[in-house]
Amino acid sequence: MSRIAGSTRDVAIWGFRRQTVPILTTLAACLLDLLPIVAAAPLVPDFAYLVLLAWRLLRPELWLAYMALPLGLFDDLVAGHPLGQSMALWTLTFLIFDLVDSRVGWRDYWMDWFFASLAILGYTAATWYVARVMGSRVDAMVLAPQFALSVFAYPLVARGVIALDRWRLSR
Amino acid sequence: MAPPSTRRPGFSRRAQYGLFLGYVVAVGGILFALLLLVVATVDPTGFRALKGAALDATRPVSAAGHGVSAFFTGIFDSIGDYLGAGAQNEALKRRLAAERRALVQAKATELDNRRLKAMLKLTQEVPDPVAVTTIVGSSFDSVRRLATLSSGASSGIEPGQPVRAPEGLIGRVIERGRWASRVLLVSDAASNVPVRLVRDGTPAIATGHGDGTIDLKTLEVGRNPFRRGDVLVTSGIGGVYPPNIPVAVVAAIDGDRTVAKPLADPSRVDYAMVLRVYQPVAGEPLSPRTTQALQGADQ
Repeated sequence: MSRIAGSTRDVAIWGFRRQTVPILTTLAACLLDLLPIVAAAPLVPDFAYLVLLAWRLLRPELWLAYMALPLGLFDDLVAGHPLGQSMALWTLTFLIFDLVDSRVGWRDYWMDWFFASLAILGYTAATWYVARVMGSRVDAMVLAPQFALSVFAYPLVARGVIALDRWRLSR
Repeated sequence: MAPPSTRRPGFSRRAQYGLFLGYVVAVGGILFALLLLVVATVDPTGFRALKGAALDATRPVSAAGHGVSAFFTGIFDSIGDYLGAGAQNEALKRRLAAERRALVQAKATELDNRRLKAMLKLTQEVPDPVAVTTIVGSSFDSVRRLATLSSGASSGIEPGQPVRAPEGLIGRVIERGRWASRVLLVSDAASNVPVRLVRDGTPAIATGHGDGTIDLKTLEVGRNPFRRGDVLVTSGIGGVYPPNIPVAVVAAIDGDRTVAKPLADPSRVDYAMVLRVYQPVAGEPLSPRTTQALQGADQ
């Protein structure tokens, strides 16, 4: 493919790809919840949240904070969370990262991982609390393996998102 | 680093207002989402139509079939089996011993039953299941233990109905769409099943622990009536679950805490049967007269 757009159609296609790839990958990560896996304990990381975090940390200027609302609504509906859980938590995550970005001048790989781990910890704790309020009094330690796996899965997800970002912006 | 004194994106008023409006919408959205959460807490059956529609819309993806489900679950299982072969061997031996004991018990009970039934001239009545269906998915990345069934309201499934497999109790329907429904598994911490000990009939409550095991709570004080390998069946108290469905087998005893494993593993069962609520009256509101009498007793 030529690197110079040959027609307005090429420009339109590239523009479309540039804008929709982050949204579509996040929605696809939400749909991972529909894989026919039946598990007895929470072990698998919530990939939708990891992909969202990875996009937010890689491209802070990509989305305004309110973009997390519709994405969260989709995740709530697909994953069967109580309605509003992902909506509130994801948007809150974006707002907090806006604050962090205004405070921290620069971020590198390790700091991204550190902030992502903090966010995952907060998210896991919040889902635990929501479940508790909803009547599911789970011991917090039950979530420890899932938290650990999520923290170690984040760099892999971030890798994938970086590759997608390159493809998104390539021509 | 201190934040910059101004967060303005530039001199453009439009950009400034756009950014400000973005934050207003985000904060408003969070408040709205929290309101939705409060509504969901107060009335868990709320938004039934919306959630049912979402269940239906996502069903074609997850209803790829039990074979696929078994394949995916099998990957995780075989890794786990490899790692836990020794412990599993030990557990299997224990279970075999427990099962042997249970078998003897069952034979004795059966004889007893036959004798009593002959005395009462009763015939055991097994009600027809509402639907026989398959489990096609679960909330594997969330703290809740929920599973998805591949049938819904079109097969007559209603929220509240118990779900069982040939091996034992699976849970209770909490949401349903037209062609799919969601089940609260017995291992979810919000699930409370009234059970009794097969050995001596001690009543207990089986509450999920969230990690695939079940906590048993009994009213007896001072002594733990459970022994490793004890089998628990539903007692029928409460009117939701029909009596005598196997629920769990006691796996470990730690002081006052008794940990049991569900007998029906949702990832392995071939078919799930949705049953009718045992005593439908139990779910209905009290009659005005009863309410009045209770209020009178309060005063």
